[in-house]
Amino acid sequence: MVDIIAKTPCEGLLPLTIGTTTVTEVPPSMMTSVAPYKGCEKALSTVLKSTHGIAAPAPGRATGKEGARAIWFGQRMILLMGPVPDAALAQHAALTDQSDAWAVVRLDGAGAAEVLARLTPIDLRDGAFKRGHTARTELQHMMASITRLGSNSYQIMVFRSMAETLVHDLKTAMQSVAARNG
Amino acid sequence: MRIICPNCGERDRREFYYVGDAVALERPAEDADLAAWDDYIHNRENPAGVTQDLWYHEMGCSAWLVVKRNTVTHEVLSAELAADVKGAGA
Ligand SMILES: [Zn+2]
Repeated sequence: MVDIIAKTPCEGLLPLTIGTTTVTEVPPSMMTSVAPYKGCEKALSTVLKSTHGIAAPAPGRATGKEGARAIWFGQRMILLMGPVPDAALAQHAALTDQSDAWAVVRLDGAGAAEVLARLTPIDLRDGAFKRGHTARTELQHMMASITRLGSNSYQIMVFRSMAETLVHDLKTAMQSVAARNG
Repeated sequence: MRIICPNCGERDRREFYYVGDAVALERPAEDADLAAWDDYIHNRENPAGVTQDLWYHEMGCSAWLVVKRNTVTHEVLSAELAADVKGAGA
C-alpha cells in the first residue's frame, strides 16, 4: 500500500527572511467558497453573523479575524477561512470546499508593500489599500487574493499548484527591495 | 489603458481579457432568419469612435463587463457588469 504523506502547499519552501521582510506559510485551515444564490445576499449575511459572528464583506473588504475570517473573493463570492461552515449557510449559498486548493502565505515586515508593488498592479498606498481591504488581482502572472492584515502585513493566496512560483517571485522581489535599501 | 471595474475599482488593462463586441449579448430569437444569425455570429462593425465590448476581469473578480470606449482617443467611457446590463444575474 502506498503511504500518502500530507504536505502543506509551501512545505520545504518557507519561512523565508530577506532584508526586513519575512514570508511564512499560514497554517492550513478550513476554506470554503460561499456564493450566494440570486437574491439571497441579505439572508446569507444574517446567517453568517448568527452562526459564525462575521458580517458578510462588501466587495474589496475582509471581515472577522484570525481563526474566523470572511474575505470578499470575487463577483458574488466570499471565502470563509477557519470555521467549518454551518449547515444553515447552504440554504442561501453554494458552498464549496477550497481547503486544499490554495497556497496561503503572509508577508510581514517594513517594506512589505514595496515588495508587493513589484509583483501586482494594484494601488497599495495607505489611502487606497487599508487594513481590512482585499483585492482579487494579478501577482506576476498568477490569479491572486491579497488582503491587508496590518500596517506591514499582507495575506497572499494563489492556486496551490503555483506555490513554488509564488515563493520564487516573492523571493526575487524581496532580494530586489533589500538590495535597494541595503 | 485602465478600466473601472464596478466591483474592484480602477484596474490596469493587464488584468482583463478582451472578449469581443458586446453584440454577443443580443442573441437573436430562435426563429430569427439566417441573416440575423449571420450578423450575430460573423459580422462586426469596426468603428472609428465609440464602441462597446465585453471584457472579462480574469485576473480580478471574474465578472464580465460591458465596456464603452473610444477607438480613436482610447478613452474608456464606462464599464458595467454584464449581468446588470443583461438583467440576468448569475
Ligand atoms: Zn473586477
